Amino acid sequence: MHFDAFDRYHEKESFLHKLDPRVKVLVTVIFIVSNALLPDGTWLAFILAWLFVLVANLISKLGIGFTLKRSIIALPFALIAITVLFSIPGEPLYTFHFLSSQLTITDNGLLRFVSILIRSWLSVQMAILLVAVTRFPDLIHALEHLRVPAILTTIIAFLYRYLFVLTDEVFRLLRARESRSGAVTGSRSGGGVLWRAKIAGNMAGQLFLRSFERSDRIYNAMVARGYVGHLYTLNAHEMKSYDYFATAFAIGLIFILQVIGRL
Amino acid sequence: MLYAPAPLHIPDGFLSIVVSIICWVITIVTLYFAISKTNQSLGEKQIPLMGVMAAFIFAAQMINFPVAGGTSGHMLGGALAAIVLGPWAGMLVMTAVIALQALLFQDGGLVVMGANILNMGLITAAIGYGLYRSVSGSSKTVKLGVAGVAAWLSVMAGALFTSLQLWLSGTSQLNIVIPAMMGVHALIGVGEALITVFALAFIIQTRPDLLGEGSESAKGSRNWIYAGGIISLLVVLISPLASGDPDGLERVAIDLGFLDAGQNAPYSIIPDYTLPFLGETALSTILAGVIGIAVVAVIMVLVGRGLKAKS
Repeated sequence: MHFDAFDRYHEKESFLHKLDPRVKVLVTVIFIVSNALLPDGTWLAFILAWLFVLVANLISKLGIGFTLKRSIIALPFALIAITVLFSIPGEPLYTFHFLSSQLTITDNGLLRFVSILIRSWLSVQMAILLVAVTRFPDLIHALEHLRVPAILTTIIAFLYRYLFVLTDEVFRLLRARESRSGAVTGSRSGGGVLWRAKIAGNMAGQLFLRSFERSDRIYNAMVARGYVGHLYTLNAHEMKSYDYFATAFAIGLIFILQVIGRL
Repeated sequence: MLYAPAPLHIPDGFLSIVVSIICWVITIVTLYFAISKTNQSLGEKQIPLMGVMAAFIFAAQMINFPVAGGTSGHMLGGALAAIVLGPWAGMLVMTAVIALQALLFQDGGLVVMGANILNMGLITAAIGYGLYRSVSGSSKTVKLGVAGVAAWLSVMAGALFTSLQLWLSGTSQLNIVIPAMMGVHALIGVGEALITVFALAFIIQTRPDLLGEGSESAKGSRNWIYAGGIISLLVVLISPLASGDPDGLERVAIDLGFLDAGQNAPYSIIPDYTLPFLGETALSTILAGVIGIAVVAVIMVLVGRGLKAKS
């Protein structure tokens, strides 16, 4: 597997790509918080927030529909909110029978359900854009600058570094299982569910041992190259004047959004 | 598809700001202890180890086994991580995994990440390690059995806490979300338990030194037994209460002011959780749970089919 198999970064020459990663993390988080704070059914504010996402897409030069195409990821979770359709009192809109019970969708329930979906959908788009315009190591450095403890950011950096290595390892294990699972056509190979779970568990144990031994080797190799407990970067990440300007501008827009949502 | 999202990752937008912040506070305080304990007890060698172990948990979540109808069991790994690495390191490793899933794959939100870390990383590690630690002197069979129960309970605890947070945020109705989430995760938890037990059995068989006397696994304080025990007890006590008598739990929450705070009372329409379509009998709760399980099971089968077709 190639090292960037899990990478979500899209190389482009744009203002958003050039911005300091701290700014991007901060604005993304503030935007998501702002969505969570917008009251239910403030359609104008929701539309403006979407415009904000669209414009950010445009500035990133990734194309106006870039995040839209990838944003369905959060939709399955909507199922969990479906009960608000029926549980919030309001004008009945539609009543139907489901099994032995009678379900009534109310206007307030629908309002809340749609609002939750929109908030989630807008937020996930911004998060998608963040990793599309920021290299992951830069993102981790931004977190470090934003006072996330070094031990956590270093673990995340290692996790990212060895993700594809261990995924390869898993694929080797899965391929080995596959190639030993011959079966007569029409019947399933191997034993019952319990037996299959046992094999999967053994594979997890095997993967653990391989990872454990690999981490030993990695550590020795790092010490051999002068590792003393922390990682260095050549990328200094200095905030420039346009970084400050962009932060202020974006936060100003989000603030206006909030005001419009509450008028 | 390389990566199968688990149904516990809450996306942004589903939790209210107040609930998100409360979860962040609990998570940050716990992680603060985890980090200072880890810094005290471990050398610089442990950082690459924990990083690779985080990648291990991530990769191990891809190991699946076919169950039936296109669905497959796989694991979250919180209990396993805590048992083999020790509780604090296990929590840090799980935090890194959940953070990466949210940052890179948008599996779980950013502002609600505190809640996701709490549900899937901290609580699972506390239960997994606490219960396992309570039988540290016993025979292998007892240890493995308890590890299995702990893994199952850890998933149930994650599901319970997720449900409670969704309910406090006004996103789901308590008497539906609890039976549905707990029902689905009772099954998912069995997969978790089986993989955890067999993985541990394999490690004990091939590298007994990693789990024996003097290993990280044996070093954890005995206080973990109480922590794990108390959270498990909460799960065992709250779940039936919540599914059998949701109004009781709701009254408690209202009395304590949780519900108002959680739902951002200043502007939201506070639903008075009336049940227009289900009575308040235990039967209707069970029925709701069964419907929830059925719906989610159907969707999981469809998603499973879809993923299979793609790969």
